[in-house]
Amino acid sequence: MSTIASSPSGVRPRKQGPLVRFLRRDGAGYMFLLPWFIGFFGLTAGPALASLYLSFTSFDLLTDPRWVGAANYVRIATADPKFAASMRVTFFFVLFSVPLKLAFALLVALALNRGMRGLPWYRAIFYLPSLLGTSVAIAVLWRQLFAGNGLVNTFLANFGIEGPSWISNPNYSLSTLVILSVWQFGSPMIIFLAGLRQIPQDMYEAASLDGASKSRQFWKITLPLLTPVVFFNVVVQTIEAFKAFTPAFIISGGTGGPINSTLFYTLYLYQEAFGFFRMGYASALAWILLVIIALFTAFSFLTARYWVHYDD
Amino acid sequence: MSTPITLSQVYKRYGSVEVIHGIDLEIEPGEFTVFVGPSGCGKSTLLRMIAGLEPISGGKLLIDGEVMNEVPAAERGIAMVFQSYALYPHMSVYQNLAFGLETAKLPKAVIKEKVQRAAEILQIEPLLGRKPKQLSGGQRQRVAIGRAITREPRIFLFDEPLSNLDAELRVQMRVEIAKLHRDLGNTMIYVTHDQVEAMTMADKIVVLRLGHVEQIGAPLELYNRPANRFVAGFIGSPKMNFIKAAISSAGGGQIVLDVAGQTLALPRTLAKGAPGDAVEFGIRPEHLSIEDGPGKVPLAEVSIDLVENLGGQTLLYTRVPDGQPLTIVLDGQHDLGPGSRITARFDPARCHVFDREGAVI
Repeated sequence: MSTIASSPSGVRPRKQGPLVRFLRRDGAGYMFLLPWFIGFFGLTAGPALASLYLSFTSFDLLTDPRWVGAANYVRIATADPKFAASMRVTFFFVLFSVPLKLAFALLVALALNRGMRGLPWYRAIFYLPSLLGTSVAIAVLWRQLFAGNGLVNTFLANFGIEGPSWISNPNYSLSTLVILSVWQFGSPMIIFLAGLRQIPQDMYEAASLDGASKSRQFWKITLPLLTPVVFFNVVVQTIEAFKAFTPAFIISGGTGGPINSTLFYTLYLYQEAFGFFRMGYASALAWILLVIIALFTAFSFLTARYWVHYDD
Repeated sequence: MSTPITLSQVYKRYGSVEVIHGIDLEIEPGEFTVFVGPSGCGKSTLLRMIAGLEPISGGKLLIDGEVMNEVPAAERGIAMVFQSYALYPHMSVYQNLAFGLETAKLPKAVIKEKVQRAAEILQIEPLLGRKPKQLSGGQRQRVAIGRAITREPRIFLFDEPLSNLDAELRVQMRVEIAKLHRDLGNTMIYVTHDQVEAMTMADKIVVLRLGHVEQIGAPLELYNRPANRFVAGFIGSPKMNFIKAAISSAGGGQIVLDVAGQTLALPRTLAKGAPGDAVEFGIRPEHLSIEDGPGKVPLAEVSIDLVENLGGQTLLYTRVPDGQPLTIVLDGQHDLGPGSRITARFDPARCHVFDREGAVI
């Protein structure tokens, strides 16, 4: 004989639908995730996809976007001398600022990795420029330092050297921005320092028993074992360098001058978008930058197997 | 190549903290010396001082008669095998073995020959092209030893080289290192906290505690005639039984002790102490038996708490009448169970007596 269970009142409980079950089980979790979802779709993924659409339109913010097909991309590739100029400036900046910054960061990290007293203080002091470096205030300060009558030239005058106008001379302006970038070495330095701390001390002891000099230890042990960290820093810093905007904007007053010598790619993009209100064209420029960064990152990952040494 | 080593009043201080307290030691040419002791006793520090990886704060280190205190590690003619192996993970086994030789700028052909020879000795030729991460623990250990061999040093130092291996591999590598010593004949110093390694490998054992040398001697000398309670307890497994006792009387070439309510006459003279003094009676578990025999005297009637049958041996964990623990190791298999009462017997010639400070009487 079989029996049917029933509630005390004799009414059978109503069967719950899958949506109700899902909300009861996971609803609270998704509510906590909601702010992130709103931010991601509303402020990142949404605008990114919109800009992809806009890159195929002519759009001035005042009238509706007008579909132009690949015209923006064709013009960029064939009839835009400022695009070529901004690419030259940006690639020069990436090519020089990234290796110099990383070399300097590694040098300071090696110096700080010698078990000195007050290390946390030095770390904080050296990291400070990275916190302030991309701010408007520092760029303004940098402009004052490197102006024709700025502190740098005043200092050089003490030695009878007449310094150029670092910012307004097209021969020096971009180099000045490279130096400003190198000065912001704190972030890769901290990462290098963490990487150096991971290298077991007994590797160096074994090498010193083998008679390896400090220089040989650096080239044969430190650097190879640090390559995962070097790889990370190269990728991150290169992306940052491609995206550099604030220093060039402040120092050149938003013009990219003199003679387009500080016309960073992002600055040119900004001029097109918010100077000339060519949003469609600026969107196409943004997507080209995205592709360049993606290609570089892919290249880095593809070559990593030949020069990055992972322990496991 | 066999080289003598002399330590004369060697000290190590970190600031105001002294960790090695004036050690004197003579290591004969070609001798296999083992530094043994519990964690923190200073055995690794002492080894690193000999290697040149730690500065010597005081005293003299002589290698082959030359003072080495200020000589850089690379110029001491020493090779060291580290506990962690310290293999360069980005280099192949061949490159690891060749690193020291390349540093010395030897011709490539000579390097190849030396690497091949070391690889042959350790039977790692098929592994030469592999990276350390592709090797097992035992293979890494061989490569670490191979790296030491290629340099053809005067002295080999081993810093707990087997502690990362499993029990079976430890035994195997122990034998191989002993064979290596026999074949090469170099002076070797080996640090371990494992007294079985020390007993099986050493020509000479140096027992250390808290930066002091407790005793130096051949393995069986330490086993049979420990200088104090610490050495007696450290050497031997299972460790020696210590039972609280008191000197009842002494004279005529014998000492009478009150041990666990029993009066025992031991054939030895009382060098120090007097009747009435509290002492400890020490007897190794394997020197106890439950059967009567020539020279055996009863120690106490004990009750069995636990029996461990190992097949070839039976371990009895028992208690003497006043509750103090007593471990007995018997050869073969015995049908005994917890709760049984048996009479533990011993040979008075094989027991030890320690005074209150732990010194042997």
